[in-house]
Amino acid sequence: MQNEKVITVNKLTKKFGDFTAVDHISFDVFKGEIFGFLGANGAGKTTAMRMLCGLLFPSSGEATVAGYDVYKENEKIKKSIGYMSQKFSLYEDLTVKENMQFYGGIYHMTEKYIKEKTATILKQLHLEKEGNLLVKSLPLGWKQKLAFAVSIFHEPGIVFLDEPTGGVDPVTRREFWNMIYEASDRGTTIFVTTHYMDEAEYCNRVTIMVDGRIDALDTPSNLKKNYNASSMDEVFLILARKAVRAAD
Amino acid sequence: MKQFIAFIRKEFYHIWRDKRTMFILLGMPIVQIIIFGFALTNEVKNSKIAILDSSKDEATMSLSSELEASRYFELEKNLVTYDQVLEEFHKGKIKMAVIFPPSFSEDLQHFNKAQIQLIADAADPNTANQLVNYATAIIKDYQNRITNNRKLPYTIDTEFRMLYNPQLKGAFNFVPGVMAMVLLLVCTMMTAITIVKEKELGTMEIILVSPMRPQLVVFAKAIPYLLLSTINIASILLLSVFVLEVPINGSLFLLVFESILFILVSLSLGLLISARAESQQTAMFISLIALFLPTVMLSGFMFPIENMPLPLRIISNIIPAKWYYHIVKSVMIKGVGLSSIWKETIILGGMMTFFLTVAIKRFKIRLA
Repeated sequence: MQNEKVITVNKLTKKFGDFTAVDHISFDVFKGEIFGFLGANGAGKTTAMRMLCGLLFPSSGEATVAGYDVYKENEKIKKSIGYMSQKFSLYEDLTVKENMQFYGGIYHMTEKYIKEKTATILKQLHLEKEGNLLVKSLPLGWKQKLAFAVSIFHEPGIVFLDEPTGGVDPVTRREFWNMIYEASDRGTTIFVTTHYMDEAEYCNRVTIMVDGRIDALDTPSNLKKNYNASSMDEVFLILARKAVRAAD
Repeated sequence: MKQFIAFIRKEFYHIWRDKRTMFILLGMPIVQIIIFGFALTNEVKNSKIAILDSSKDEATMSLSSELEASRYFELEKNLVTYDQVLEEFHKGKIKMAVIFPPSFSEDLQHFNKAQIQLIADAADPNTANQLVNYATAIIKDYQNRITNNRKLPYTIDTEFRMLYNPQLKGAFNFVPGVMAMVLLLVCTMMTAITIVKEKELGTMEIILVSPMRPQLVVFAKAIPYLLLSTINIASILLLSVFVLEVPINGSLFLLVFESILFILVSLSLGLLISARAESQQTAMFISLIALFLPTVMLSGFMFPIENMPLPLRIISNIIPAKWYYHIVKSVMIKGVGLSSIWKETIILGGMMTFFLTVAIKRFKIRLA
């Protein structure tokens, strides 16, 4: 898994006026990896991720996603990635099945594929009975798991998860991570931002962003060793205390 | 194409699930037509009057009964003293008082000249004017009849014809106005809100990350409202023709074509607003303040544009509803063809092209 690079980022920068949200970051992500993107609020995680998804235009630097250039080939990138945003991303006034039908539809999936895939997902999540319920009637934990399932509905090579477990209880978070592992085992590359440090431990490698820069990038165990810390929490605190930018 | 259909289907689910909004959208034109048609009318009908007849002769009696018999007036009270007149006005019971002096009949016979006093409640100037006019017409009519057997040295008779709307029905004016208002509300406001809603919910991000082309998103958002508006046009026209008896004198095809053109202008405006507004409230606010109010005020539907000061007359030209209102009135009431309204049609077409181009350009592929 350590050989094929699916995301390459070189000195990627995003400025909003005078404010440099993302400051010359560089890293590579390998196929099938769970790549954790950590940082305090306002450190620039979401901005960096949005540039890779084609939602934001970089100010400078280079980046490729699935082999495609973020400046020129973002239409091709869009076909190869899945995305789950910070905000809840399913339609509350549509049923579970209608949501899947919609997302399958806008990803050019065939009617047959959508049907089969919907059945498989509902079975996996033990939601067979809830398929025709409106999403708004489901508890938050289920919604988040569903949203993740929908983001990989079209079986993308890479999926970007922007703080996917915000506001979810520990048990559901654990289940959520099991789903991530399963997807990773199937060869999907996971790019995930979070500020739960226990989740950082689940990642293959993590970067820690401070003030728009990447201050550390390694496996969780190496990071702990290098910073002489007993947990990722401590590593994070050591790095985040250096931040001058106020969290928003 | 499959993407497109999936998207439109989703939009219909949204509309269908939000039953309250849907009923408002479909019910509003019906309610407006009914309210304008039966309650809010500026026609004068059965206005209450009082008569102070101090003469009580043959002439005053027959004049009184003619006033009473007309559909404009209804006798509220026969007064005895002059003081009562003011009293009745204070009570607000009457809109007009007719006063015959004690010497009415005598004056008429001996001096060939008699006077009747009409006092109208001009707190509402338009109604007062109309009432006085109607009463004067009835009195003139009577006078003509009694002078018929006598020769007057010179007479000038005015012969008038109310073209296109002989019964002077208010409906002829407000049906086109309501059409413009409803289409603007449904198309502009709802389209703007529906797009901004996705921005607010965060689902727009997901759509923009998907391979769906942004232009396609814009069109898919607009199409359900185009359909809803077509239903609205149909219900307004059916009600107008069969309930209010407003005829469609021109070509129905032309009327529908022009309406669809106006719908497209309104939809483009909605898209333009949605590109700017960040919250649903803002979208609604802009739609109401920047579009709805000027439409009501400056389209010529409520207040005649010709009477406005020059700056307002100039501004009224950029109000799409002004042109549409003119077109509907011309086609529906006057029954003219495209040759008489080609200028207005081109203006609407130009507005549509302009707004749509700007809207699509503004609807950015990337969020910033």
